[in-house]
Amino acid sequence: MTIDSIIQALGARIINIEDPKREITAGYCGDFLSNVISKAPADSVWFTVMNNQNVAAVQTLADIALTVICEGVEPDATLAARVKERGLNMIVTDLGVYEAVRKI
Amino acid sequence: MTALHLEFDVAGNNFVSAGSASDEVKKTLKMLGVDPAFVRKVAIAMYEGEINMVIHAGGGKAVVDIFPDRIVIVLEDHGPGIPDIELAMKDGYSTAPDAVRDLGFGAGMGLPNMKKYTDSMNIESTVGEGTTVTMVVNFAR
Repeated sequence: MTIDSIIQALGARIINIEDPKREITAGYCGDFLSNVISKAPADSVWFTVMNNQNVAAVQTLADIALTVICEGVEPDATLAARVKERGLNMIVTDLGVYEAVRKI
Repeated sequence: MTALHLEFDVAGNNFVSAGSASDEVKKTLKMLGVDPAFVRKVAIAMYEGEINMVIHAGGGKAVVDIFPDRIVIVLEDHGPGIPDIELAMKDGYSTAPDAVRDLGFGAGMGLPNMKKYTDSMNIESTVGEGTTVTMVVNFAR
């Protein structure tokens, strides 16, 4: 499954996408960043409702391929800027975490 | 062979720059061709240590030495110190304030993650003076 197929499946809004054809090989749901950084596998898709700048740090350090912010939560301005700066892949969906995962 | 020596100042209560030292170290290890599995261990352990200094200690200093077969990370702060290290090491134990929990921290997994992802970790702490954490990750299998 690629990033662009997830965007399509969720009808998600794009915050930043650098490599739409990147292959996703795993997934993780969670908001406590210590759990995410240690448990989300590299090249995974991460579902969360967190929207502050630390999300970008965790996504970078854990090599998470795509972050999906759920429940229509918008990334705060610092996070949105950082995601673009670092070339990270991030989208927003109005769906809850459970519904979003079910669609994928 | 001489080690590659890196030093970083970690700013306290600054979540904008938090993680930047870990990111630099990660980039350096990748550039040196270190196996990604080891790079990931280092990135997780160092990020947790960096965040601890940001949250609890008003910042500190990270000193990193990279050898061909291992990395040694020393995190030194002059924060309040850890009164009970054994308790602090317990999964889920946290003294992080609510404001920090709202940011996604305070799960009580910082120190346990640092221990889990390193080959050795040593904490020296004096209440009222500060804490020094030394972590080693070996690159050799």
